[in-house]
Amino acid sequence: MRITSKGPADTLALGEILGRLARPGDVYCLLGELGVGKTALAQGIGRGLGIEEPVSSPTFTLIHEYQGRMPFYHMDLYRMAAPEEGEELGLQEYFWGQGLSVVEWPQVAAELLPEDILQVQMAFEGEARVIELVPHGPRSQQIVEEVTRLVDSEH
Amino acid sequence: MKRNLILAIETSCDETAAAVIENGQRIRSNIVSSQITVHQKFGGVVPEIASRHHLENLPWVVDQALEQAEVSFAELDAVAVTYGPGLVGALLVGVAGAKAMAAAQGIPLIGVNHIEGHIYANFLAHPALGFPLLCLLVSGGHTHLVALEGHGKYRVLGRTRDDAAGEAFDKVARAMGLGYPGGPKIQAAAANGEGAGIELPRAWLEPGSLDFSFSGLKSAALNYLNRAAQKGEEVNKSDLAAGFQQAVVDVLVGKTLAAAKQSGAGTVLLAGGVAANQALRRELGEACRQEGLDLYYPPVELCTDNAAMIGCAAYYKFLAGEFAGPDLNAVPGMSLA
Repeated sequence: MRITSKGPADTLALGEILGRLARPGDVYCLLGELGVGKTALAQGIGRGLGIEEPVSSPTFTLIHEYQGRMPFYHMDLYRMAAPEEGEELGLQEYFWGQGLSVVEWPQVAAELLPEDILQVQMAFEGEARVIELVPHGPRSQQIVEEVTRLVDSEH
Repeated sequence: MKRNLILAIETSCDETAAAVIENGQRIRSNIVSSQITVHQKFGGVVPEIASRHHLENLPWVVDQALEQAEVSFAELDAVAVTYGPGLVGALLVGVAGAKAMAAAQGIPLIGVNHIEGHIYANFLAHPALGFPLLCLLVSGGHTHLVALEGHGKYRVLGRTRDDAAGEAFDKVARAMGLGYPGGPKIQAAAANGEGAGIELPRAWLEPGSLDFSFSGLKSAALNYLNRAAQKGEEVNKSDLAAGFQQAVVDVLVGKTLAAAKQSGAGTVLLAGGVAANQALRRELGEACRQEGLDLYYPPVELCTDNAAMIGCAAYYKFLAGEFAGPDLNAVPGMSLA
């Protein structure tokens, strides 16, 4: 499904829905250029998980861990050069763990990711953003269906 | 007074570091397995970051620290280690190593918060600092305003809600094709800029807030570059760098002064990698002078991640008898109490 976000508030709201729908072991991969709003979406997800502290960018520190209604692992793999580094970081322990993993710049760790991820593709469209949710398995398909239902009912 | 020697270990992110600190102020050694040359080899981006490197580096970094300090394990009074915030795998290497060394020598183990360590870099250079203090910590991973009422007594007055200040420097430098690390590159480019450079927005947030937000500024700089590229116009990088740096510095200085006023501190401390920025030092220095505040900052080599600052923070915990048990664990999401 495709959603147009007119600004950070829309992106936060979509994130909040994605946070509310998350279950332990879900993995969301956020793709899109610098400044497109990946961190804003992650902040909304944090809100949807009931996390009150600010969800700040993990670019430098790679992984931030929070405790909401379940653990939230917010990762930014931009600084990772090779998949082996991801193994050493223990990425799979997060992906298969008891929380929600949200991965910015996931490409380098593609081979470590579970199959059934929810891909969130973000792109610029003038001042707005186009956000596309692409499921990769039955669980992520279910999330997309629920998002569609919730977004439709809000309009 | 008996000589106190602490071996400190820091492995929270990219650097494997070890230091020996005497009486909380004399740096007997300070070894950082800096990977910055490796980073540069890869063309600007920062790869090679993993706990495996900490595991490989820790033994020789510790050996080197002891050797340079001319201190043996048997002479140490305590082993200190960063146990958060940071990467769990990276932190665990340091924590496990420190525990083993402390247990083998039968000496106390001291756990230190990484953010606290950055603040204490100031006590290495200026041990006589009097409380209350206000510290602006600005680095690649952190942007915090912290009030210190005494040793180990912190109140976080403000922090970034999105990007850290140093990270904004890195990302904008990357988009401008200036390379890594972004702080020094932007500073160098800005030095050639005209006056205050290109005007970019400053995020002051809601009135009275001491929090920071740098993602809007980052986006504004990126938009400026994108619009110019679409129109086929050449960007004056020096002016953009100057305008960006000025916007960051204005907000950091403004909020730091407001925080000093609010906390009643008469002395302001700078800490973290961005504390090396000359424009920030100059303008914060000028603003503090006008307000009758003293400003201190550590030498550049103690601003970036190192173990000497951890050893200094640990010394004050040693004096207070704040020791960690053998069950000390890494706390990746640790905040400053």
